[in-house]
Amino acid sequence: MTLTPDQIQQVAHLARLDLAPDRVAIYAQQLTNILDMVGQLSGASTEAVLPMAHPLDMHQRLRPDVVTEPNQREAFQAHAPAVQDGLYRVPKVIE
Amino acid sequence: MHTSSLKKLSEGLRTRQFSSRELTQHFLARIDTLDPQINSFITVTAERALSQADAADRRIAEGTATALTGIPIAQKDLFCTEGVRTSCASRMLDRFIAPYDATVVKKLHAEAGMVMLGKCNMDEFAMGSSNETSWYGPVKNPWDLNRVPGGSSGGSVAAVAAGLAPVATATDTGGSIRQPAALTNLTGIKPTYGRVSRFGMIAFASSLDQGGVVARSAEDAAYVLQAMSGFDPLDSTSADRPVDDLLAGLQHPISGLKIGLPAEFFGDGMAVGVRAVIDAAIKTLESLGARCVPVQLPNAPLSVPAYYVVAPAEASSNLSRYDGVRFGHRAEGVKNLEELYKKSRGEGFGAEVQRRIMMGTYVLSHGYYDAYYLQAQKVRRLISRDFKQAFEQVDLILAPTTTDVAFRFGEKTDDPVAMYLNDVYTIAANLAGIPAMSLPAGFVDGLPVGLQLMGNYFSEARLLGVAHQYQQATAWHTQMPKGFN
Repeated sequence: MTLTPDQIQQVAHLARLDLAPDRVAIYAQQLTNILDMVGQLSGASTEAVLPMAHPLDMHQRLRPDVVTEPNQREAFQAHAPAVQDGLYRVPKVIE
Repeated sequence: MHTSSLKKLSEGLRTRQFSSRELTQHFLARIDTLDPQINSFITVTAERALSQADAADRRIAEGTATALTGIPIAQKDLFCTEGVRTSCASRMLDRFIAPYDATVVKKLHAEAGMVMLGKCNMDEFAMGSSNETSWYGPVKNPWDLNRVPGGSSGGSVAAVAAGLAPVATATDTGGSIRQPAALTNLTGIKPTYGRVSRFGMIAFASSLDQGGVVARSAEDAAYVLQAMSGFDPLDSTSADRPVDDLLAGLQHPISGLKIGLPAEFFGDGMAVGVRAVIDAAIKTLESLGARCVPVQLPNAPLSVPAYYVVAPAEASSNLSRYDGVRFGHRAEGVKNLEELYKKSRGEGFGAEVQRRIMMGTYVLSHGYYDAYYLQAQKVRRLISRDFKQAFEQVDLILAPTTTDVAFRFGEKTDDPVAMYLNDVYTIAANLAGIPAMSLPAGFVDGLPVGLQLMGNYFSEARLLGVAHQYQQATAWHTQMPKGFN
């Protein structure tokens, strides 16, 4: 499995990552090497094996449907890069 | 005071040989003079420490103190601490002041009364095995300043190994407690997944992350782990079962225990010197009455590949929250929202974090999901089953923690796969979710070697007990690096 610089750009786009141009080829080589290592997995016989998403056999707990969280808007917005009138500011979304 | 056990420090505080303020000042002074050599702290919280120490002194006087009240501790900078920068060693969170305390922080400070000295350096977002990926620069190994302390909890171990803190919190997703503990002659335990709350622990790979402790002995680790552990309704994967008495567990004799030695962990990859140290440790345990037998973990060699699918997949999802909008680094001079996301993340994350986000995005993307992600999850079950079968035959499993002693800076930086193989012996326990620990077992050319013990689910008391009994018969764990003793 070889990842090309174009594929790296596509993956970076999906992950919303802006890559420095001089890093793209390096990442392509490094991720190819990682995928080669990971390729060993295909040799494992996993027929009828259920995927394991979580280490403990546990179910999502339920709790009474009551409000437990106070409103902390101000505390949480205190470390936002830009807020105005209690709202988060972002650049123009609609051109 | 910086060479005393927590038990001794606790006795000293209770019998008024020294106050918590004096004890705290002692460690703050050591941080001041010695940390410039090793860079183990990102933030030192001297003022807060002294006010917590004064509060502890009052609690001791009032008779409401716990065994740990007044004893200083360093927090890995991945646990949220209200009002204190919580950076995760990333530029992304360089200016992030946590708005709340992690449950671990609450338990250790508000409840147990420990004193926080500061926040420890680490690999960025806990991704790394050498502490070279930190935005705040690498941590140096107190045993040899030209070598890495291991990672990701490199600051936590360096601080404790150098006697800048009596004990520290740490976290372990693929070996981040055990590998650095091994490389710095410390005792580090990663408990069973779900034993320590993940609430307020900045997420890397949620099905693998687990908080724990690095200390100078199993006894010290037991004291702190006891106070950290327990059910937390704020963590949806917290284990709802009582915590065993870890201190009582320390007294259990080794005699009669059956210890499994998995051939898969004793292959050619291990350095000759490390092998000799581990063999000697096995002999010591046998002389204490343990019976060592071979055991099979046939799928364990697939741990590293399975991990490097599962962990990056979870990381790519967890780290999608850093968008430059609600908190964290925000790029300047962008034209639109998409550019804001991309530039903020491109500038805010370092190379290793970017690699893992891309790797995770790739294995979760259409067309590759089944071949990589689903297959890795199936292999994860096979690895977990191997342990289940092994623990039907033995009480615990022994292995080396690392293949070799601490390596030099830059040795593996440009080769991610070589770096990933550092965790070849530690990752399996994370995939299965079982508790595992590393303890000092000897030295090769003056550099520490760690012995790893893995136990069945929720067997922390037994693991710490075996480690404690071993430490009663050996003195490796009492050694401190020159220049810091």
